[in-house]
Amino acid sequence: MSDKAWTEIPMAGIIEEAGNAHTYETGSWRTYRPLWDSEKCIHCLSCWIACPDSAILVSDGKVTGIDLEHCKGCGICAFECPDKITAIEMKLETDIADD
Amino acid sequence: MARRLILSGNDAAAEAMRQIDPDVVAAFPITPQTELMHKFAEFVADGDVKAEFVLVESEHSAMSATVGASAAGARAMTATSANGLALMWEIVYIAASMRLPIVMPVINRALSGPINIHCDHSDTMGCRDSSWIQLYSENAQEAYDNVLQAIKIAEHPDVLLPVMVTFDGFIISHTAEVLEVLEDAEAREWAGEYKARYSLLNTDDPVTFGPLDLQDYYFEHKRQQVEAMKNARRVIQEVGEAYGKLSGRSYDLLEAYRLEDADTALVALGSTAGTTKVVVDELRDAGRKVGLLKLRAFRPFPGAEIKAALGGVKTVGVLDRAISFGAPGGPLEKEIKAALYGGEQTVGNFVYGLGGRDMSMGDIKSVFDELDAISAGTQSVDEPRFVGVRG
Repeated sequence: MSDKAWTEIPMAGIIEEAGNAHTYETGSWRTYRPLWDSEKCIHCLSCWIACPDSAILVSDGKVTGIDLEHCKGCGICAFECPDKITAIEMKLETDIADD
Repeated sequence: MARRLILSGNDAAAEAMRQIDPDVVAAFPITPQTELMHKFAEFVADGDVKAEFVLVESEHSAMSATVGASAAGARAMTATSANGLALMWEIVYIAASMRLPIVMPVINRALSGPINIHCDHSDTMGCRDSSWIQLYSENAQEAYDNVLQAIKIAEHPDVLLPVMVTFDGFIISHTAEVLEVLEDAEAREWAGEYKARYSLLNTDDPVTFGPLDLQDYYFEHKRQQVEAMKNARRVIQEVGEAYGKLSGRSYDLLEAYRLEDADTALVALGSTAGTTKVVVDELRDAGRKVGLLKLRAFRPFPGAEIKAALGGVKTVGVLDRAISFGAPGGPLEKEIKAALYGGEQTVGNFVYGLGGRDMSMGDIKSVFDELDAISAGTQSVDEPRFVGVRG
């Protein structure tokens, strides 16, 4: 929770800074975590196109991992990953913690 | 140099809108507002204004279009009445909480049912908590003057709240009156150019409007609105004074009429204040110490000023042209009573004129007679009285 007073914030909830969703970490909302297998991945970037949170990390046209600070665990990436590839598996966070 | 014209209230408000020439006007017809937008549409068709005139499919859309235009940085206006205002409801609150300085004439009409197209204040009283400033007009002159002042009040950087300029349906909206209007050049200079603090269309400095606002910030944003309303009291007075220098007609939050040594007084909004002035004059000629407090700004509510203005009055009658069903009194009476709390005055409540029922000079005189009975202790103030209702 912010400690800024009503006199210190822009009126009407206006957000003056563009692109600041980057600083808002939504990873804690996640129930399922995508586990990406770099061995299986063919870098078709279907997951990168479909991810609503821009959480698929890409460098030089290749997937390099998943930004878990922003991934909300919706599973769209795993669904869009081609059936013959299945490089992304969704796993319950609680099971991972148990591991 | 002012010009003298014969105009109805609707035409007077449309004339003010023509002179302001807002960037965007959204319109949807509803009686008794329709003629205002007819007139403005005529200005659009004749090329007298440059405003983008948006014909929408409902009042919900009219207010939405106005909100969108205002968020884009435009000076935006619309107008409505009663059921139209009710259909706008959701966006009325959004306009205020987004701090958009929209100006909207609301031509007061009974909020049904049974269906009725005539004047009472149930429509605007219903949205008194929406964070819109409300200025009530006594006649067509004030409707014109209030629209011109409303843009300056709404757009003031310490306020940035939307303003409803209200005037009584048919009684003012459809009655021709002689009034003074400013020269176009004077009015344009007065209106100036609106420079929005933020604009959705400014891609060099993009901002987000209307994001999700939960437990961590929402309350702070409501507190800001409280402050803006508080500031509006000062700004309404400053703008009223400046407008006085320009037009010769200065305005305040309220108008005290022959109150200085009055024993009994009525409090009224809108056209009834004008009728009451005539009755006060007649009763004064007959030696009775009576007066009137006309409230111009109902939001923000000028409690301290009301208390000062009614300081010497012994018995106060509050005229409510609306009912708050199940409440102890009308919406105006409750707040007047709160403003006078701790004072010596006895306050009686008189609900009148619902659905356009006429409030004649005789009716107002009989209310003053009842105030005398209250002063004498022969009439109770426990319940509101209903002026002119049968049975």
